[in-house]
Amino acid sequence: MQTIQEIDHVTQAEPMRLTALLVTCHMTRVLTVSALVYCHFIVQTSSPTALKLTEVCSSMAHTGTHSQPVRSCLLLVVVSVCVQQVHGVWPLPQQLHQSADRGCLSPQRFSFTYGRDSAAQTGCSVLDAAFKRYFSIIFPDFTKGSENRLQYVWSEPQPFVVSVSVKTGGCDGYPDEDSDESYNLSVSEGQAVLRSVTVWGALRGLESFSQLVYQDDYGSYFINKTEIVDFPRFAFRGLLLDTSRHYLPLHAILKTLDAMAYSKFNVFHWHIVDDPSFPYQSRTFPDLSNKGAFHPFTHIYTQSDVMRVIEHARMRGIRVVPEFDSPGHTQSWGKGQPGLLTPCYKGGVPSGSFGPVDPTIDTTYKFMESLLKEVKFVFPDSYVHLGGDEVSFACWQSNPNVRKFMEKMGFGKDFTKLESFYMESIMNMTAALNRTSIVWQDVFDYHERIPQDTVLEIWKGEKYQAELSRMTQAGHRVLLSAPWYINHISYGQDWRNSYAVQPQNFSGTEEQKKLVIGGEVAMWGEYVDATNLTPRLWPRACAAAERLWSNEEKTLNADLAFPRLEEFRCELLRRGIQAEPLFVGHCKHEYDGL
Amino acid sequence: MAMYCLLKLAPLFLAVAVCNGWLFGDFVGKQKEQDEISLWPLPQKFQSSAVAFKLSPASFQIVHAKQSSAGPSCGLLENAFRRYFEYIFGDLKKPEKSRKKVYDSDLVELQVWVTSADPKCDDFPSLQTDESYELSIDEPSAVLKAANVWGALRGLETFSQLVYEDYYGVNNINKTDISDFPRFAHRGILLDSSRHFLPLKVILANLEAMAMNKFNVFHWHIVDDQSFPYMSRTFPELSQKGAYHPFTHVYTPSDVKMVIEFARMRGIRVIPEFDTPGHTESWGNGQLDLLTPCYSGSSPSGTFGPVNPILNSSYDFMTQFFKEISTVFPDAYIHLGGDEVDFRCWESNPDIQKFMAQQGFGTDYSKLESFYIQRLLDIVAATKKGYMVWQEVFDNGVKLKADTQIHVWKGRPQYQDEMGQVTAAGFRALLSTPWYLNRISYGQDWVNIYKADPQNFTGTDAQKKLVIGGEACLWGEYVDATNLTPRLWPRASAVAERLWSDKSVTDVGNAYNRLVQHRCRMVKRGIPAEPLFVGHCRQEYKGL
Repeated sequence: MQTIQEIDHVTQAEPMRLTALLVTCHMTRVLTVSALVYCHFIVQTSSPTALKLTEVCSSMAHTGTHSQPVRSCLLLVVVSVCVQQVHGVWPLPQQLHQSADRGCLSPQRFSFTYGRDSAAQTGCSVLDAAFKRYFSIIFPDFTKGSENRLQYVWSEPQPFVVSVSVKTGGCDGYPDEDSDESYNLSVSEGQAVLRSVTVWGALRGLESFSQLVYQDDYGSYFINKTEIVDFPRFAFRGLLLDTSRHYLPLHAILKTLDAMAYSKFNVFHWHIVDDPSFPYQSRTFPDLSNKGAFHPFTHIYTQSDVMRVIEHARMRGIRVVPEFDSPGHTQSWGKGQPGLLTPCYKGGVPSGSFGPVDPTIDTTYKFMESLLKEVKFVFPDSYVHLGGDEVSFACWQSNPNVRKFMEKMGFGKDFTKLESFYMESIMNMTAALNRTSIVWQDVFDYHERIPQDTVLEIWKGEKYQAELSRMTQAGHRVLLSAPWYINHISYGQDWRNSYAVQPQNFSGTEEQKKLVIGGEVAMWGEYVDATNLTPRLWPRACAAAERLWSNEEKTLNADLAFPRLEEFRCELLRRGIQAEPLFVGHCKHEYDGL
Repeated sequence: MAMYCLLKLAPLFLAVAVCNGWLFGDFVGKQKEQDEISLWPLPQKFQSSAVAFKLSPASFQIVHAKQSSAGPSCGLLENAFRRYFEYIFGDLKKPEKSRKKVYDSDLVELQVWVTSADPKCDDFPSLQTDESYELSIDEPSAVLKAANVWGALRGLETFSQLVYEDYYGVNNINKTDISDFPRFAHRGILLDSSRHFLPLKVILANLEAMAMNKFNVFHWHIVDDQSFPYMSRTFPELSQKGAYHPFTHVYTPSDVKMVIEFARMRGIRVIPEFDTPGHTESWGNGQLDLLTPCYSGSSPSGTFGPVNPILNSSYDFMTQFFKEISTVFPDAYIHLGGDEVDFRCWESNPDIQKFMAQQGFGTDYSKLESFYIQRLLDIVAATKKGYMVWQEVFDNGVKLKADTQIHVWKGRPQYQDEMGQVTAAGFRALLSTPWYLNRISYGQDWVNIYKADPQNFTGTDAQKKLVIGGEACLWGEYVDATNLTPRLWPRASAVAERLWSDKSVTDVGNAYNRLVQHRCRMVKRGIPAEPLFVGHCRQEYKGL
């Protein structure tokens, strides 16, 4: 009897053949090896699913493997059991070899340990916390204490050890653009060996390991013999949340970070302020949130809130890149910082309304410098997003001082030059603070002369491939977000569109392709707050997560990805993430909130 | 002193804004921070003045009026008094909420006066239920007058919506007179618990939200192709084999009872839908030979189609099954479905072909469908229930009882034409076409939902009167417990106002302002209703 089938990229290659193969394999096993054990076991339990399988066993025992499927529904049960054995990992690892040979895991005899040669040992903040976290994720029933007494009636639990070895320490550092997230995972009888260069790679490996563990109908935990060699396709895999159009309570952000880690996202792009509100409580300019937030006490992020977000993210290998978008999108700034915004004029007199940041006066730049200094102090990441999108020129045009300034600078009537002048100053300021700027594509579109190490982010929907070409040709690093504006919703399975995106499919040289450092899923906040954020994000964002992590050629077919994603969304539910359904169906453990 | 504004007519909405200005004229500066009065759905007649009374949780009470036919033995009202007291005052465990001192301007009680001899405390609401009420807020007591408990429930909701917190966090209510009644008698929400199983608590929470919006019918599309979660006493195998899971993904008899009672307490009817002969895949798992075996060539293909209409056993089954349904669900109506029957399987089956020839149906399978439906209707009529059916049953010319309600759902032909035809034939009509809320799109799609009107078709006044209302449908393909509530609310609220308020209430801008606050009120009461647009609620959603 063949018990081990070497299966390469299980869910991708010939899934039908695979299922059939497993059915045979499992049926044989049920009959010849474990039928007695199962049936014996079933007698001792009153579990609902057990009854179903009792029938399977008895019907199998009577009919034998080769008889006609007299009771097709029972056969279906067997099939579903078999399908459950193959456990996908989302996003798909670069190389995954899984065998049908499986081992048992017992929470009582399961442990994580640091390998002898590991640079990190007990006391490593990131990994100690990860072990604790993943233990509950792997054994969801353990802490609830519901079904444990039913398990392992029929055999002594075997020990299982996950040994984690990292080459370099850095347990107290932050992930950054150069972090090596690769890892190797080898699961065999009684043990798993996880090797990585950094703790961040180890986190990715632990996540994959946790997705390999599954429960059978009796609640026993299993893992199949597996070999994984894995690394991300893109270094920058981001998710944008907008906390200005609606305030997102801290727990909504933390929950999102949890879910991001499950999909191997590694950058939280915090679009923290914008026109509608300024919830960031600045230590230098407290009036910004006092006057610019929806509410000065209940709808703000205090310094300790921000620190908590950064630490929560760090523990999951996620960078926090804040965006302080200017000169447009700054209405809320003006409330707490008089003189910052351009006064708009109507018929020769100020109309009382305000436009973008006033780029013609020194105080603006002094203010921005102080603010950016604070941002550098508060946010450890080496990147900061400076925005620079959608600047409306109408107000600048109306203002006589601005017009005078334009004349003085020789800008003529081209207000894009004025915007560029402003952005260049801000980018230089940022560079002087030793930070890398990210700006929206508008800045590039208006002005070719921007500091070379600036990262450009594409957000405009139409013809983003051409934009990718142009930007990389100019030698800039690029982030793609345009096709992943998942705040745009529509009826049906729109995750397929996100999945079909090919970020490097544009005309350009290999060198140009390499300048695409990744992409971002954007969840703008016009129609989203704590009531609907999570189900709108997940599992839709997972599609981009796989595109940004996995090998594109192995993941082009959305139909093949579907069952794996469906299973992953049920796994998200099990972990307490309110991920919405992809289509008709059910999860064993449904969401039990509201 | 008392500035009255009559707010019934649309042109006077401008005046609302002005009045609100007066109402809060005492507080300059931060006045935007406080809740403004935002009634939803808008009452039929509404008069309010700037005179405000304070409500203290320490002294305020909701009581039965002396003249009321209902008393402390009326559990439904007692329950409602407690519920609305909590809505008004929130969590009383918070110490700052309790305020001992009683001011002169306090409103000390709301007297609920049920006028008819039988308050109907232990009844079920029905299509004929009188939901009208009158509410008068004045010193020292407010009086809510209604013919029966159902009207009283609607009035309590309105009363709770009139209360607002002032700048200091004190509850206020203005001197107000309201006379209110629904425009349509049937104001429903359809939830689909077959395509995804909906845990009981999701259904109950949505009944709660329905009451906040004065919906009065829960159309429970309980089973369909995908799963059969209804646990039948007569045919337990239907859910044992047809549910997603026979124990975790089913509604037990006591679950169903709980839903019905929870709904009753809120004046909501529960109309179950058992859709046949199509949409029945899951029935076949637990009821062998119920469905038509499909053929491929000359042999059965192993797949099954709609209910087999040529076997007496099918009708015997339906007789027993609907006998059970008619006792489990107290409402006078059952929804029998009858939509989207796919004829291919029938066409493939040689026995069916033979039967068609015998009956002289030729190759017109809609005749076979009608044949089935006709017999089904007779079966259900024998249980003394009325029935609702989807529009196809009417379109196919099935002979229907005069009180049959035709549920219009198709986009083509234009639903206005269909409404015209249904009512011209003398049947009562219900509209759902423009209110398929499962269909989502980016932006403020509530506006189009709001603009649709069930009586907007060409027809006589008598025809218009046959329109008994409508239903917002949330089909379950892409919806389960994770996203149902925010997807339904506040979009369904737009339907609620269309079905309750006067026809002339159509000002989108005014509706927006009220709805923004109404959704914050729902959030405050624990319903995760999604935002309409940029902004914030004083109390954001705390769940997750």
